[in-house]
Amino acid sequence: MSIVNAADHAANPAHLDTSTGLDNRKMAFWTFIGSECLLFGSLIATYLAYKGRSLVGPLPHAGRTLTGQQAEGILDIPLTSLSTFVLLMSSLGMVLALAAVQRADRKGAITWLFATAGLGLVFLGFQAYEFNHFYHAGLTLQTNLFGSTFFLLTGFHGAHVLVGVIYLGTLGMLAVKNQLGPERSMSVEIAGLYWHFVDVIWIVIFALVYLIK
Amino acid sequence: MASTATVAAPHAPAAAPHTETGVWSWITTVDHKRIGILYFFSSIFYFLVGGIEALFIRTQLIVPENNFISADLYNQMFTQHALTMIFLALMPLTAAFFNYIVPLQIGARDVAFPRLNALSYWVYFFGGLMLLFAAVTKMAPNVGWFAYAPITERQYNPGPNVDFYVLGLQIVGLSSILAGINFIVTILNMRAPGMRLMRMPIFTWMVLITQVLIVTAMAVFTIAITQLMFDRMFGTTFFDPARGGDPLVWQHLFWMFGHPEVYILIIPIFGMISEVIPTFSRKPLFGYNVMVFASVLIGWLGWGVWSHHMFAVGLGPIADAFFALSTMLIAIPTGIKIFNWIGTMWGGSIRFTTSMLFAVAFIAMFTLGGISGVMHSVAPSDLQQTDTYFVVAHIHYVFFGGTVLGLFAGIYFWFPKLFGRLMDEKLGKIHWVGTMVGMNLAFFPMHYLGMYGQPRRTFTYPGDLGWNWMNLMSTLGAYLLALVTGVFVWNVIRSARKGAIAGDNPWGAATLEWSIPSPPPVYNFREIPIVHSRMPLWEEDASKEPGIPHGKVAEDVNAITVGGTQVGEMEYPDAESKMSAHDLGIHLPPPSYWPIILAFGILLVFGSLIFRNLDGALHNLWYLSVAGVLLVAVSIFKWAFEPGH
Repeated sequence: MSIVNAADHAANPAHLDTSTGLDNRKMAFWTFIGSECLLFGSLIATYLAYKGRSLVGPLPHAGRTLTGQQAEGILDIPLTSLSTFVLLMSSLGMVLALAAVQRADRKGAITWLFATAGLGLVFLGFQAYEFNHFYHAGLTLQTNLFGSTFFLLTGFHGAHVLVGVIYLGTLGMLAVKNQLGPERSMSVEIAGLYWHFVDVIWIVIFALVYLIK
Repeated sequence: MASTATVAAPHAPAAAPHTETGVWSWITTVDHKRIGILYFFSSIFYFLVGGIEALFIRTQLIVPENNFISADLYNQMFTQHALTMIFLALMPLTAAFFNYIVPLQIGARDVAFPRLNALSYWVYFFGGLMLLFAAVTKMAPNVGWFAYAPITERQYNPGPNVDFYVLGLQIVGLSSILAGINFIVTILNMRAPGMRLMRMPIFTWMVLITQVLIVTAMAVFTIAITQLMFDRMFGTTFFDPARGGDPLVWQHLFWMFGHPEVYILIIPIFGMISEVIPTFSRKPLFGYNVMVFASVLIGWLGWGVWSHHMFAVGLGPIADAFFALSTMLIAIPTGIKIFNWIGTMWGGSIRFTTSMLFAVAFIAMFTLGGISGVMHSVAPSDLQQTDTYFVVAHIHYVFFGGTVLGLFAGIYFWFPKLFGRLMDEKLGKIHWVGTMVGMNLAFFPMHYLGMYGQPRRTFTYPGDLGWNWMNLMSTLGAYLLALVTGVFVWNVIRSARKGAIAGDNPWGAATLEWSIPSPPPVYNFREIPIVHSRMPLWEEDASKEPGIPHGKVAEDVNAITVGGTQVGEMEYPDAESKMSAHDLGIHLPPPSYWPIILAFGILLVFGSLIFRNLDGALHNLWYLSVAGVLLVAVSIFKWAFEPGH
C-alpha cells in the first residue's frame, strides 16, 4: 500500500494510493520546479543587480558603460523573438504529444514528441548561433559583467533545453518501440511539466534580458 | 494485503533482523532504515573530525602568542571546522533521523523514492570524502564558511583551497536538495490512512518545514557557488571588483542561503525536543497547533532576515531597520515554542532519562543563544559585536547548545529503535554532566572575550589584554567536551552490541514508530496502521482508565525501567518480524547499485575540476569531468529503466 509502484499507478490512474491523490513523481517534479525557480531566480537577480554596471562594452543595448564610454548594443531582438516563438510553439507540440499518448495514438505520439524535441533543437541552434556571433563580436564570459551574467543565465537555460530534448527524444524512442501506451502517460505528463517550465522561464528571461532596455 | 500468519514464537536468541548482510548489501541498499544508519555513523565520524579541528583552534589559542599551528593552517582549521560540522556532521545527523524515523512515524514502508534516497547518501558520502581529503592534505578552504568575496577570487587565493570549498559544497548541496524533494513527497504523500496533516507527529512536521527550506535555500547557494566556480575556473567577473563585480552580491546570495541554513539546522531539533519532552513528561505536547504554526512562521521569517549578517556593511538605515525588526520578530514564534515546552513539562510526571536531561538542557542553552541573537538584531549594538568572539559565543550556544544538545536528546531517545538496545544511562549521565560543564566552560567566556574586543578568525593575540585566563578556560572546556564525546562514542559502540534489549516501546512514547519491533523489520509495518489521533499509542490508555488526562498511561512511571534487567529479558525481536517481506506478500524495491555509480559520476564531474587549477601533469586531468558527465548520463538511463522500480 505504501510502497508506491510507479507502474501500478499508471496502470490504475483512477486509484491513486497516495495521501494527497497526486502521483509521487508528479509531486516530486513540482517540488523540483520550485527549487528550479530559486536557481533561475538567483541567476536573474544577479543579472539585474549587475545591469548597467559593466565597465566595458559590448552592452545588451546601445548605451554607456559605467565608466562613461559609448558602447554598441549587441542583442538581436528580432532574431531572438523568432527563436522564442519556436520555443513557445514547442509547448503546443508537447500538449499534443500528451493528448496523443493518452488516447493511445502511437503515430501522433511519435510525431509530436519528436516535433517538440526538434523545435527545442532549433531553439538550441539559434542559441549556438547567437553565442558564436557574440563571441566574434567580442563578448565572452570574461569580457564584462554583462557577458558573465548573460552567458551563465542563458547557458543554464540552454542546458535545461538540452536535457529536455534528450528527455523527449527518449520518450519518443519508447513510443517508436511501442512501449509508450496510455498507461505510461504520466511519464509524458511529467516531461511536459518540465518542458513547459523551461518555456515559461524563457519568457521571463526574454522579457528581462532582451526586451527591457 | 499482508497475510496474518500465526507462527508460534520460539525463544530465539538476539540476532540481527536483516536477512542480508555484507558490505555489498549496504552499498546497494535502498532501505530507508539502513540509509539512516549509514548517515548516522558517517555523521558521527565527521562530528569527531570537526571536533578535532576545533581542538586545533582552541589549542592554538590556549596561551597568547602561541605557535602551535601556522596562521594559514589556522585559517583552514576554522573554515573546515565550520564546514565539517554544518554540512558533514549536523545536517547529515538530522538526515539520519529523517531517514530512519519519518517513514516510521507516518506509517510508511519506505520513502517515496528509495533509490533517490540512496543517491542522496552516496553523493554526501563522496562530497564529504572530498572535503576530508582537502583537510588532511592541508589544502582545505581557508576563507571562512561564508567565503566572502573577493578573497575567494583566484588572484588572491591561487591554491586549490577555495576550489575544494566550491566543488565540495556543490556536491553536498546537491545531496541535500535531492533528499529534500524526496522527503517533501514522502511526508505529503505516504502518510498512513487517517493521518491528516494536523495529526502528523510534530517531528515529521518539523522535517517537512526543514525540507522546504532546504530545496529553496540550497538552490540559491548552488547558484552562488556556481558563480564563484565560474570566476575561478573560467575567468568570469561576478565577484571581481577590478572588473566591476560587487562583493556584496556574494554576501547577499550567501546569507539568503546562510540564514535559512541555521533554521535548517535547528527546526528538526525543535521536532526532536517536541517528541522527547511529552514522552518523558507523560503529557501530550502543549499547544501542538501553535507549535506547528510557530515553526512555519519561523521558516517563513527565516527568509526575510538575511541582511542582519551584514549590518556592518553599511546598507543604510532603512535596510538596517527592516532587517533588525524582522529579526526581532523571529523571537516571538521561538519564544512561543520555549513556553510550550515548559508548559508541556508543567504538571507532568517527569522522568529524567539522559534524553530528557539533554532536552531540558537544550531549552536553557538555546534560550541563552537566542537572547544573544536578539542582541545581534539591534543594529547599533551589532556593530560592536561584529567580527568579535561574541558572535562565536552566540553561534555556539545555538549550534552546540541548540542543535548538538537536541541531537543528543534525539540519539538517546531513538537509539533503541535503531539498534533494538538501550544506551547505557550511567555513561549517558556522565556524558550529560560533562557536556554541560564543558560547553559552558568553552563557550560562555567567549561572550566576555568578544566584549573585550578579541576578534574572530585571528590566530593569536598579545598577552597583555586580559584575555589569557578566559581563553585558557575556553580551551579547557573544549578538552572536556572532547573527553565526554569519547564517552558518548564508547556508549554508542558498546550499547549497539551489548546494551539492554529495548523492546518495542521502552519509553512509553506515543507515535507509530514505537508500535513496531526495535529494530523494525525490513518492511516496517506488517499492516499499514489506521490513524485516529496524534498519539496513536496513547489513545487506548486514556480510554482504559477514566480520570487520567488524555495521553497519560496508567503504569507507574517509576516502574518503567531504563536500561535495567527487567526489559533485558524481553525477546528480540519476535519471530514473526523475522519473516521476509516476500513471505508476507509485501512488495519492496530490490537493491540497486546505480545510486552509488551515479553519485560517483557526480563526484567525477565536480571533483576533477579541481585539477583545472593545478599545475603540471595533474592539470590535464580535468577532462575527467567529461567522463563524469557521460557516466552520469548513462547511470540516469540505466536508473530510469531498471526493472522492479
